[in-house]
Amino acid sequence: MDGLVLRKLGRRFGAVDAVLDFDLHIKPGEFVSLLGPSGCGKTTTLRMIAGFIDPTSGSIELDGKVLSAPSGSVPPEKRGMSMIFQSYAIWPNMTVSENVAFGLNLRKLPAEEVRARVGAVLETVRMSHLADRYPAELSGGQQQRVALARAVVIRPAVLLLDEPLSNLDANLREEMRFEIKRMHDEFRITSVYVTHDQGEAMVTSDRIAVMNNGRLEQIDTPYALYSRPKTRFVASFIGRTNFLSGIRGNSMIDFAGFSVPFAAIGEEMTGGGPITVSIRPQAMKLSATEMAKDKTINLPGSVKQSSFLGETWDYVFQSREGGLQFRVAAPPADVFPVGTPAWLQIDPAQIVPITD
Amino acid sequence: MTSVSDTDAMSWTKDEPAKARVPWHQRLQPANLLWLFLAGILVVLIIAPMWTLVISSFTDAKTGGWTLHNYAEAYGKERHITALTNTLKMGAAVVVLKLLFGVPLAWACSRTDMPGRNFVRYSVFGAFIMPPYLAGVGWILLAGPNTGWINKIWHALTGSTEPLVNIFSFGGLVLVTAIGGFFLVFVLVSSAFEMISSEMEDAANILGAGPFKTAMKVTFPLVMPAIIGSALLSFLGAIALYGVPALISIPARYPVVVIQLTEFFSFPLRLEVAAAYSMPLLLITAALLGLQKLILRRKGYVSVSGKGGERRIVKLGKWRWVLFTYCLMVVSLAVVMPFLVLLLAAFSQSWTTGFSFDNFTFGNFHYVLFEHSSSRRALLGSIGLGIAAATVAIVLALFIAYIVQRRLLPFSGVLAFLAVSPYVVPGIVLAIGFYAAYALPPVALYGTYMIMALAFITRFLPIAFTTSSAGVRSIHPEMEEAVRILGGGRTTALRHVVGPLLKRTLAGGWLLIFVPAAQELSTAIFLVGPTTRVVSVVLLDLSEEGELEKLAALGSLLLIIIVAVVAVGMKYLGRDFMLRRS
Repeated sequence: MDGLVLRKLGRRFGAVDAVLDFDLHIKPGEFVSLLGPSGCGKTTTLRMIAGFIDPTSGSIELDGKVLSAPSGSVPPEKRGMSMIFQSYAIWPNMTVSENVAFGLNLRKLPAEEVRARVGAVLETVRMSHLADRYPAELSGGQQQRVALARAVVIRPAVLLLDEPLSNLDANLREEMRFEIKRMHDEFRITSVYVTHDQGEAMVTSDRIAVMNNGRLEQIDTPYALYSRPKTRFVASFIGRTNFLSGIRGNSMIDFAGFSVPFAAIGEEMTGGGPITVSIRPQAMKLSATEMAKDKTINLPGSVKQSSFLGETWDYVFQSREGGLQFRVAAPPADVFPVGTPAWLQIDPAQIVPITD
Repeated sequence: MTSVSDTDAMSWTKDEPAKARVPWHQRLQPANLLWLFLAGILVVLIIAPMWTLVISSFTDAKTGGWTLHNYAEAYGKERHITALTNTLKMGAAVVVLKLLFGVPLAWACSRTDMPGRNFVRYSVFGAFIMPPYLAGVGWILLAGPNTGWINKIWHALTGSTEPLVNIFSFGGLVLVTAIGGFFLVFVLVSSAFEMISSEMEDAANILGAGPFKTAMKVTFPLVMPAIIGSALLSFLGAIALYGVPALISIPARYPVVVIQLTEFFSFPLRLEVAAAYSMPLLLITAALLGLQKLILRRKGYVSVSGKGGERRIVKLGKWRWVLFTYCLMVVSLAVVMPFLVLLLAAFSQSWTTGFSFDNFTFGNFHYVLFEHSSSRRALLGSIGLGIAAATVAIVLALFIAYIVQRRLLPFSGVLAFLAVSPYVVPGIVLAIGFYAAYALPPVALYGTYMIMALAFITRFLPIAFTTSSAGVRSIHPEMEEAVRILGGGRTTALRHVVGPLLKRTLAGGWLLIFVPAAQELSTAIFLVGPTTRVVSVVLLDLSEEGELEKLAALGSLLLIIIVAVVAVGMKYLGRDFMLRRS
């Protein structure tokens, strides 16, 4: 199989499974993020891909060749990958251009080619004017650009990024997200990006693998992950959401005070038993009067809390029948003082059944 | 942990018979062989000599069988026991004197507005550079009972024929031993003083403690571990020192252990008895260092090593001159007086006649450089051995520290223990171990520079290891991982990243080894061959021959070379390079 394949990958430290039964196929040129809270095993997974940690079960393959297995692994230096580290790990004893040229020199490329490639990549990350500086003379953002240049200049088989933006301040982080995205669009290097920041993962990734407790929860495009989360963890980790419990009937899900037909949800469904769904605050709307019925669900109730977040209102709405509480996002112009009666419209197509 | 993951991997294999495997040649990391090689070197340097030492103390010299006879012979004579108790007494007296010298100077230089602090610091540093036996010779010139200059002045002033001071006495032995080692107390205690932030003292003040109470309840207890530590090291240094007793204890008729050991080593050679007799030195050292660890751990003193905040300096008022006078007295005794006298003697035809223009000569230098049979060669030998020992020890220690810090081998903790273990072996005992293991056939290294270089490397490996280990710890592992993921092995990482980043640290460690290694006497004394003399040994011979002017000239040459190397180092590393570590 082409690309990077993790097969039933596992790593055990003592009695704890840091990573367990992790299956992942990253296609050539794809940018995949490993997203999850700290301690979920994402960094362990990345370091196994790099070869710094050996798996205790499963295997890692690149373009059909086994790199890691419990019986032994190809050392990091023979994998043809490169990595961007949380601490940047720019060598303070070398200038910017020496740092960038290091990997090329290890490959014993002719001096002329090294110079040309270093020049070109520094141009791309807009660091040409600082080529002869030492790292101590650079800002954090500039150091990160050097790290980026150093990693991509060798045209690695896989580029690994270990929370590369976590040491930058908020503005710079925003800028560097797009920088990383731009670099990937330019070089199309197969990339694995570890982060706990969903915003970073959303901006940069083709697909995001959400991890929890050493296991893969879901892997999907950022849009699918947000709009169709499969598990409670994913739904709550990516963005905010409302969880509702219901009972599946023959053709309807019954919630407290209202019902939704299976057909409206747009997902294959068979009857019987309890079910939990997730509804994003953006999938609902508040209005002063009842709206046209067609497919939209209309619930009467009142506004219980409101906070203004600048770009949106954050309302808590309570339905009259069933007393269900919903967090609803509304544009700044939709003002509902606390206590006013209101109607809640829910788009049934955005009701997503999840597993706990 | 290993067993758990093993069973885990095995059950996994059962589930999936087509198990993924990485071909062995792709897994191979040649660097792993290097680590094993280093472990082998440590066996050669440390385990083999010490093992041989212990074994030979139980070996019958004639039959090669097991015996306790060596111990009976070593401890059967009253004279031998007296030497042991004498050594302990002398060690205790030296500790008191070293603390009296070192602690007030450390406080004065780090926490007060005493004038001339830099002068005092440089002078103490001079005491580090001046080998104890040269200070000893200086004091023989100053306070020899009949011809010492102090006594001659005394005679001239009072007309008395009795000497005022006599260096060939218990007091003389203690004084000269103490001045040759109090710089260690100074270094350790000053860095402790520099760790204490004034905020800790302010906290006591604000709660109502006056300056005296604060000093007794806060400041003093906080430097106590450093004082205890330096007292123990002073004691160990004093009982293991060879040069000063060799000069003074025989004429003073005050036998000590190291002198007794040389007696076992003179004809007829009784190596096994010497081994048995060296056990107390070894055991005392190990026990005291263990005790120190225990005391410090129980009190939780480690917290002192926190970052010191702002330090305010104590205003002494008129007392500053009193303190300065005391400091001046100490550095005069320790460095200025013996050094000046040595320098004068080096340019004198005869040191007994005093310094006059008629007496002035360059002849002594000419003699030691061009006429004496072995001194020029010895000078080169000492410098060469210093360079070799410092370089090899630092490189070896860097690799070991790297393995230990990065946990590259399952038993890397053992490597760390081995690398610091020569610390508990007095130089003279180490020499006996090396002699027993490598001097005689089948290895037959006796009479080569090699055996001395090996012993010196071992002797200074602990300094090298602590320096390198602290250095490696300060480097973020990602610095090396960046090298590896880009295609460089661990050795590439060491050469291009770790090494260069630690350049200054390692150079500082190199100097701290070079200076004592170029002067080393106690490790060399049993290992020098007829053609492989070192300066320290030649100096001792000259002293036995009574050629004190020539000795002074050779000693001055050695000092000049060492000072030149240190000066270059300080220019590069800054003055504080030896004060920054403990």
